[in-house]
Amino acid sequence: MSASDNPTTTGLTTESAVLAGELFGDGVGTQAGPPATPAEGTGVAPGAHSHGGPAPTGSPAERFTSTDPDAFGVPTGREETWRFTPMKRIKPLLDGAESDAHLTWTTDLPEGVELTSVEAGDPLLKGLPEPVDRLAALARQRSGGAAVVRVAKEAQLDRPVTLGLAGTGSDEVVWGQLVVEVGAFAKATVVLDHTGLARYAGGVTVLVGDGAQVSLVSVQDWAPGAVHGGQYDAVVGRDATFKQVVVTLGGDLVRLVSNVQYAGPGGSAELFGVYFSDETQHQEHRLWVDHAVPNCTSNVLYKGALQGEGARTVWIGDVRIRPAATGTETYELNRNLVLTDGARADSVPNLEIETGEIVGAGHASATGRFDDEQLFYLCSRGIDAETARRLVVRGFFTDVVQHIGIDALQDRLMATIDDRLGALPALDDQPVEVA
Amino acid sequence: MSVLEIRDLHVSVGEGDDAKEILRGVDLTVRSGETHAIMGPNGSGKSTLAYSIAGHPKYTITGGTVTLDGEDVLAMSVDERARAGLFLAMQYPVEVPGVSVSNFLRTAATAIKGEAPKLRTWVKDVKSEMELLEMDPAFAERNVNEGFSGGEKKRHEILQMRLLKPGIAILDETDSGLDVDALRIVSEGVNRSREEGEIGVLLITHYTRILRYIKPDFVHVFVNGKVVEEGGPELAEKLENEGYAAYVKGSQEVASA
Repeated sequence: MSASDNPTTTGLTTESAVLAGELFGDGVGTQAGPPATPAEGTGVAPGAHSHGGPAPTGSPAERFTSTDPDAFGVPTGREETWRFTPMKRIKPLLDGAESDAHLTWTTDLPEGVELTSVEAGDPLLKGLPEPVDRLAALARQRSGGAAVVRVAKEAQLDRPVTLGLAGTGSDEVVWGQLVVEVGAFAKATVVLDHTGLARYAGGVTVLVGDGAQVSLVSVQDWAPGAVHGGQYDAVVGRDATFKQVVVTLGGDLVRLVSNVQYAGPGGSAELFGVYFSDETQHQEHRLWVDHAVPNCTSNVLYKGALQGEGARTVWIGDVRIRPAATGTETYELNRNLVLTDGARADSVPNLEIETGEIVGAGHASATGRFDDEQLFYLCSRGIDAETARRLVVRGFFTDVVQHIGIDALQDRLMATIDDRLGALPALDDQPVEVA
Repeated sequence: MSVLEIRDLHVSVGEGDDAKEILRGVDLTVRSGETHAIMGPNGSGKSTLAYSIAGHPKYTITGGTVTLDGEDVLAMSVDERARAGLFLAMQYPVEVPGVSVSNFLRTAATAIKGEAPKLRTWVKDVKSEMELLEMDPAFAERNVNEGFSGGEKKRHEILQMRLLKPGIAILDETDSGLDVDALRIVSEGVNRSREEGEIGVLLITHYTRILRYIKPDFVHVFVNGKVVEEGGPELAEKLENEGYAAYVKGSQEVASA
């Protein structure tokens, strides 16, 4: 599903009825897309997983997790989890040199929110979902503790919690771990706003209490040259709602792994993402939604645009529905808009269904140029092709950005995107494909 | 005063060996103040005619001319045709994610008029037209056609026609999929434009139902890529009673559109 030379469009929508009927087998996960068979050296040990689900099923996609970086070995770039990542450019992080470097924090904490920290070895950290790759394990270990944002139970915040995290330009790697703990029935939005120049490996864990409603917005508006790797975990409580909006615009390399698990039935998770890769930028988003308890929903929508030579994006969307997860409803969608030649988008949705007793499961992925019909529609109303194209691309982003729900931040991000779109070559140089 | 003249129009889809001729010499003249109904069976090329006039890139013009007030429409880009006064209400309006209806309408009106409409009168115009089409005001903040019901899409098309005030409007199966209420509301919208006098309407339909609300001056029967019979409103009544069988018989090859 690359779009470097021949933009392709794939529609991999899968209906649950078909999957459940044809593909359900005892203990065997079913997949769409390339198999996620671990490469040599990744050390997948059956039974070693640490997710809160039922006993291991022996499915090939069982995921290895550990807090020990060495348990993963040193990645070569051939492993499934690293095969898309430019290893040279992420090497400074994977080298794992210890450091005390920090980002500069600017915080806005509404009433009802406490910002504190815990030392390594704190019971809170022991209970977190474990790292899924060496980089995440290094971040957990090297950060030597964690910053903790606590939202009291039943708190209703009057404004978002904002953590401005700015790189200082140092070559030293910044290791970080953040835990957002939201009490039962509280309602909170937390914004992580990454800017500046940094080499940053940061873990983020959101513990969503029962019945709580939590939005986590992570903006990667890094300066050119920044390298950012991180694992985001959400543990969604019973009947709780979790929304994550990831916006990746800046930096040289950004590689984020977002995992969701459910601590009780009735949970709901929405994962939104938008990314815009310019010349030579590598932006990689890997998602893993693990349905192991009944009656939970997940909805994934990631949209990305690419322009310029060497612009590169990777989206991996893994959704797993374990045998116990009856009543699951899930859908994931990835769209990539390739604005110029020389860019490449990879999109790999994986859906594994191990029970037929679900409400629905599907996924779709498409990578291509402009939607010709959208352009025709706008032009047929008198709008010139250049303006129409801008409207379509802007709308493509707005579609996701509007889920943030914070006007000032949305306006800022759209202004950044508008600036970047200004660099588009004229339409005459970029013939629109006719379907 | 506008005149749309279509002369011996030939149109095909596909390329090379796959090319297939769909329009086989269409002749038609539509003037301001006139309403023409084009009626024909499925696959006769009615929609191809509509999209070809609007300039959809899927269709290749292989012969003939289309002029608007003497200007060569076929030489114009899609947006130029709209700015020259042509409007196509589509059968299947396209979703444009992330673009709000209000932003879209204002952008289109600015393009058509050549300058941004005055905000106060514009907001008032949009609001009153939406009321007349019985559209909820919240509609303006939704994304273009996204999640619209069939009826909402058609009302949205007619809303655009009302606001952009074209010289010639082509309505491509605007009646399809509408319940009786929606059909009446949409038809009344078209009739308001007709009563204002300066619009020519080309009404493309499979059924006679909409002609009870929008009375045509001329009816053209369209079969196998061309007009095979022309007449007044009485021709629609004949079609209502007898169907297209008499025209389709003997025409072995029915083009698909």
